[in-house]
Amino acid sequence: MYRIGVDVGGTNTDAVVMDGRVIRAVVKVPTSADVTGGLMEALRQVLERAAISPAQVGLVVIGTTHFTNAVIERRHLSPTAIVRLCLPAGQCLPPMVDWPEDLRGVVGDHVFFASGGVQFDGSPIAPFDADDIRRIGTEIRARGLRAIAISGIFSPVRDQFEQEAAAILQQEVPHASITLSSSIGQLGLLERESATILNSALHELAQRTVASLQDGVGRCGIRCPMFLSQNDGTLMDAATAQRFPVLTFASGPTNSMRGAAFLSGATDAIVLDIGGTTTDVGLLSKGFPRQATTTVDIGGVRTNFRMPDIFSIGLGGGSIVSDCGPSSEVGPRSVGFRLTELARVFGGDVLTATDIAVAAGKAQIGDASRVASLDRKIVARALEVIEQRLADAVDRSRLSPDPIPVIAVGGGSILMPEQLCGLAVTRPPHFAAANAIGAAIAQVSGEIDRIFSLEKLSREQALAEAEGAARERAVAAGATADSIMVTEREDVPLAYLKGNATRVRVKVVGEMDLRGH
Amino acid sequence: MRDLTVADIEALAIGAAILGTGGGGSPYIAKLRCQQALRRGERIRLISLEELDDDALVMTLGGIGAPTVSIEKLAEGREGLRAMRAQEEFAGRRISALMSSEIGGGNALEPMITAAAADVPVVDADGCGRAFPEMQMTTTSIYGHRSTPAALTDEHGNVVLFQHAVSEVWYERLARSCVVTMGGSATGAEAPMSGAHAKRAAVPATVTQAINIGRLVLQANREHRSAIPQICAQEGGKHLMNAKIVDLKRHLLGGFAVGEIQLEGIDEHAGSRASVRFQNEFLTFERGGSVELCVPDLIVILDVDSGQAISTDLLRYGQRVAIVALPCHELLRSPEALAVVGPGAFGIEGVEYRPMPARPTPVISLSLQQGETP
Repeated sequence: MYRIGVDVGGTNTDAVVMDGRVIRAVVKVPTSADVTGGLMEALRQVLERAAISPAQVGLVVIGTTHFTNAVIERRHLSPTAIVRLCLPAGQCLPPMVDWPEDLRGVVGDHVFFASGGVQFDGSPIAPFDADDIRRIGTEIRARGLRAIAISGIFSPVRDQFEQEAAAILQQEVPHASITLSSSIGQLGLLERESATILNSALHELAQRTVASLQDGVGRCGIRCPMFLSQNDGTLMDAATAQRFPVLTFASGPTNSMRGAAFLSGATDAIVLDIGGTTTDVGLLSKGFPRQATTTVDIGGVRTNFRMPDIFSIGLGGGSIVSDCGPSSEVGPRSVGFRLTELARVFGGDVLTATDIAVAAGKAQIGDASRVASLDRKIVARALEVIEQRLADAVDRSRLSPDPIPVIAVGGGSILMPEQLCGLAVTRPPHFAAANAIGAAIAQVSGEIDRIFSLEKLSREQALAEAEGAARERAVAAGATADSIMVTEREDVPLAYLKGNATRVRVKVVGEMDLRGH
Repeated sequence: MRDLTVADIEALAIGAAILGTGGGGSPYIAKLRCQQALRRGERIRLISLEELDDDALVMTLGGIGAPTVSIEKLAEGREGLRAMRAQEEFAGRRISALMSSEIGGGNALEPMITAAAADVPVVDADGCGRAFPEMQMTTTSIYGHRSTPAALTDEHGNVVLFQHAVSEVWYERLARSCVVTMGGSATGAEAPMSGAHAKRAAVPATVTQAINIGRLVLQANREHRSAIPQICAQEGGKHLMNAKIVDLKRHLLGGFAVGEIQLEGIDEHAGSRASVRFQNEFLTFERGGSVELCVPDLIVILDVDSGQAISTDLLRYGQRVAIVALPCHELLRSPEALAVVGPGAFGIEGVEYRPMPARPTPVISLSLQQGETP
């Protein structure tokens, strides 16, 4: 059976057919306004180029930035009711207190406080009040809201009251879509709650979008299940994606890095995605991007998602070279997507990093004769600057002096020298389709983030218990049990608390069980 | 006296995190609460120690407990006010002003929330000039003030009054177990002190100091340059090195996060190695086989690019950091202070505290800053 990976970007839709670890075909088509049209065109073309029939496809994985863009552009978001289970605690700051005004306006001011939060050890802060939740449900129905977010204090430790509140609200507001914060994120009430609210607000859009993606896949004659790739580079099924659109927020850069790793054959590497204006740099460890530990802003909202730790520098193929005597500069200003119109090799009169690469004989693009008369000193100096900036970026990502491969992908990777800081540089083939390939090779994950008391458990027992629970989650999500391995394991003792409380986080990944679907 | 603005609070949160030397908890929640109070029309009035009457009643107040709990279990909102009222009832007098017991971390801002609600001023001073892990480690207590009678409150309305503890260490011990019962975080108000004692024993002008540090960071970020040279110039600090974290050990000891990081120099410090020990806060900086700096001087770890403080719980293998040392206040350098907050008090054997050169006399003009938009 073949796998198809698709990257539905803002501009282009890329698709790739893979046979095990072999790439059979790669295509790129413009993204259509309705998403489905572009997807179907890409699927048809890639099936044709790979010379396979739809019946031979065993798995379709789609990566999309559609939901991230909806938040950034404040489009297609539903008004949402927020029920915080916290009383009497949690009243000092209302939900969305640190959101941008315009986004808060779109989601609306429908905030309710109730009891049902728990302490760090899982004991209730105050008794759960079912009648109060019922009353809130009546009010939500009266306001005509169909999206509900429920956030409970310490619900990642114990989610019972979020569940009970959801059951009651579902009765009171029959057609509501409800998101529980315990199903979204980690400790940190405001950040987890914000992600939960965004998820609820995106729910209707996700229903529609995922259904039309599925429709597009089906209309191409493909009958196998369709999955979406999520933030950490693993898979979720279409039904999960409809319920948890926020889990696709960072799938773009993740897929690009994982695809690059696949193309080069490395599992541990520094990846540079060199575009027209910027270069994104990240570190791969065991085939997955290293995660950022700080909070992540999405459309101006602080969330505590685990996102790839990627930084950008203002250097790309379209970077403008300004010649100021001995100190020539490259970037951060760029001609961007107008490269093929403004760069010298394309008949324009702006000197870009691409012109330098052509003049130095590193690439054959456009008309090389148009840069033949460039002052050699300028070319040499600009190359030096480019190399220095790339070297700084690579060095910043290194964890140790041990050698690690450097992988360059993206249209601007012609700027890359053969070696950087003494590290070998690889420019794998098909680098432009790294995103789609990253989607095609996605695995299944399970994650646990919980506080354990080490009074009665040993540290090892707590870690083992967390790992067991993470494995169960991965299997429930479709992984074959024997393929599961631990990718992240972390325990952080909680300062100031006697009783040796410790926060344990374990993540496992495994291969998708294709037979089960 | 001057009124703090929303922008002042923004800068204060950054500066307070830096003076937290790795501990003190994130000021984020307290910052939002202060800014919310200001937007509601409440006032946060800052007064200098000199403006205090000798017989004024000054009280320190703040959050006690695990930072991890306080980012999850947000407060009810009036915990601080209840603690303040309990102290007033016990003393039979009104509190004249509130003060932070430690300027490092979230507790720089906690008293301001209650001060705004009760409409009393906040004193431009604190009990550490930085952050320390235990309650007896304050200048006000070192120079003779007792924390008890102290009040602890929670979100339910429970108010526990510790009428008397035979020592500060005993109060710390009793309060901790009460905090655990209250769910791992609580609000505490220590016994009020006289204005005269605050003038003698509190570290002066630290709120202004933190705001000024925060402004330097914000300014540098806007101009895409490092804030470190200016922070060092303003605070008499020393930029020890830029480094990458190449090893990180962390474990629990009596409820504290204790550990050590190994550093490898980068940029102009490439090739040199160093290490930093911590117990909630950074304790020592060791290079070339000897301890170059230690508590009570401030060892600060900043993100190389943003200039923002990195707390011990966010330290991570591979991080690129700048290590900066800032001199502590003279009040922490006396023999009686060093017995409580010197290296020996943290179980660090055989290290003698060698003070770094004192902070230059701060050129601080409160009136100058008024109306400025940082």
